[in-house]
Amino acid sequence: MRTVVRAAGLSVRVYPRALIVGVVLLLVALATALVNLTTGDFPVPVAEVLKSLAGEGDAGTDFIVYELRLPRVLVTLLVGAALGASGAVFQSLTRNPLGSPDFVGLTTGAASGALIVMLIVGGGGVQVGAGAIVGCVVTAVVVYLLAFRRGVHPFRLVLMGIGVSALLEALNSYLIYRARLNEAVAAQVWLIGSVNGRGWTEVVIVAVTVAVLVPMVVYFGRHLKLLALGDEMAVLQGVPVERSRAVLALAAVGLSAGATAAAGPIAFVALAAPPLAARLSRSPSSGILPAAAMGAALLSAGDWAAQHALPGNDIPVGVVTAALGGIYLTWLLFHERRGARA
Amino acid sequence: MTEARLRAQDVTLAYDKRVVAEHLDVRITDGSFTVIVGPNACGKSTLLKSLARVLKPQAGAVHLDGQSIASYPSKQVAKQLGMLPQAPIVPGGIVVEELVARGRFAHQKLLKQWSPEDETAVAEAMRLTEVADLADRFVDELSGGQRQRVWLAMALAQQTPILLLDEPTTFLDLSHQFEVLDLCAELHEQGRTIVAVLHDLNHACRYATELIVMKGGQVIDQGAPADVMTAELVEEVFAMPCRVIDDPETGTPLVVPADRRTRAIKK
Repeated sequence: MRTVVRAAGLSVRVYPRALIVGVVLLLVALATALVNLTTGDFPVPVAEVLKSLAGEGDAGTDFIVYELRLPRVLVTLLVGAALGASGAVFQSLTRNPLGSPDFVGLTTGAASGALIVMLIVGGGGVQVGAGAIVGCVVTAVVVYLLAFRRGVHPFRLVLMGIGVSALLEALNSYLIYRARLNEAVAAQVWLIGSVNGRGWTEVVIVAVTVAVLVPMVVYFGRHLKLLALGDEMAVLQGVPVERSRAVLALAAVGLSAGATAAAGPIAFVALAAPPLAARLSRSPSSGILPAAAMGAALLSAGDWAAQHALPGNDIPVGVVTAALGGIYLTWLLFHERRGARA
Repeated sequence: MTEARLRAQDVTLAYDKRVVAEHLDVRITDGSFTVIVGPNACGKSTLLKSLARVLKPQAGAVHLDGQSIASYPSKQVAKQLGMLPQAPIVPGGIVVEELVARGRFAHQKLLKQWSPEDETAVAEAMRLTEVADLADRFVDELSGGQRQRVWLAMALAQQTPILLLDEPTTFLDLSHQFEVLDLCAELHEQGRTIVAVLHDLNHACRYATELIVMKGGQVIDQGAPADVMTAELVEEVFAMPCRVIDDPETGTPLVVPADRRTRAIKK
């Protein structure tokens, strides 16, 4: 179902269900974020948190909210949104539900970059983030060049990505194997993907990424509907195919890189958020903003589970998403198989 | 010479290294209903693709209004020229109306994505191609013929003065074949330039104002069907002995292939 909105020069078709789903997901994300602000070693009532956020809290509450919890909560929301948007773009460009950054090697490449900084160069914090971004972008370029033969066929891109990803996994294992024990443990923990102890630096990294790149993918996102009909049809309808695809792919790589730089390689969110949002809004593709809202909600809820799943033990959110991801992937493969038979 | 907004000048068309046509010159007369005919693999679809700028010539250029078609912004060309391709990708999970509406992209802007003109154009295109009843059906659940008409509706929604059609009658039963050709004739009468690749010579002769006959990547002849379509030409181009008589219905050339037995004697 659709309705038309026309007002003051604006004229768009909206799908009420997609709009409602997007808004509800956003509210869920914000509500779980609020819950995450209230819980922890020092429980703070919701009213106190809200007061503190409004700038009227006492010093103690302000410290807990602004220094201990808010950065983590913001990183969670923004990383989830970045991954959801990035996944939506990639899955649409590759016309493949497995064409998400986790599968085409981008996350692994980002991890390689970060590991090289941690274990060989010997940097930390911001340098690791920079390493992840460089690793991600370099991997994207390599996969693109390897898949290029008279244009880029989406399926070849996915296959090349999986191949490159396997090679990089080997590199990552080798880097960890040759590291000293304490470094290896730190690297391994980073590889799980986590928002534990993230501070304002990470918030800034991912906030800038999202603020710059999400408007870009939303603007060019209108072209995705036509690119989905094949390059030929997209050209006929007036889409500047090569430029549009390059901008979208680069922006999605950037979103994935920024997210990984801030929180490490968090699995599953980019893969699952877009199709879950699409399923809820009963449309063939989710659209970028609902996917971003779904990503934020999933990761925020995931982080709540990570903090409370095992009593007194704050496990990395990457463990939770990886476990959920396994279930989702099994379901996806099962469903596709049945779909192919039907 | 007649005016031609769209023309191919000395183009070499190839898929990678396989050359389909060399030094090809083609002018599409403005306001004509041009039909391109020729045997399989003669380069007619390839020519159509290059005219629609989805295949870049390896040499030479396609010109629109005297300027290389590649030099325009893509959206600007899409307002002038539309095409029904031969085998478009059928997207999963989208309904007919939604697909036809995507044909309006060239006319839309970021904040103006669905104007009243868009709405009328889509409704009109669906009415003309008789797919209005299918509006809420999923495209991937339709029959080949229904789908073909939906793709045609999408091309019509684009509302371009020049419309290229690559075998628009494939997948269609006899009555729908003629409905689509009648529709093309109507659009032509309204002043549009129509270029179609057709297999059936008799359809071509009945509807075309101008024929382009191709063989082996070259244009053998171009002109009005009555002047072009002769028994000699059909034999030369299709290696098929035949008689050409007047269509009792329209007076246009009607190609009647020779009987199997007389063909055998001729050999």
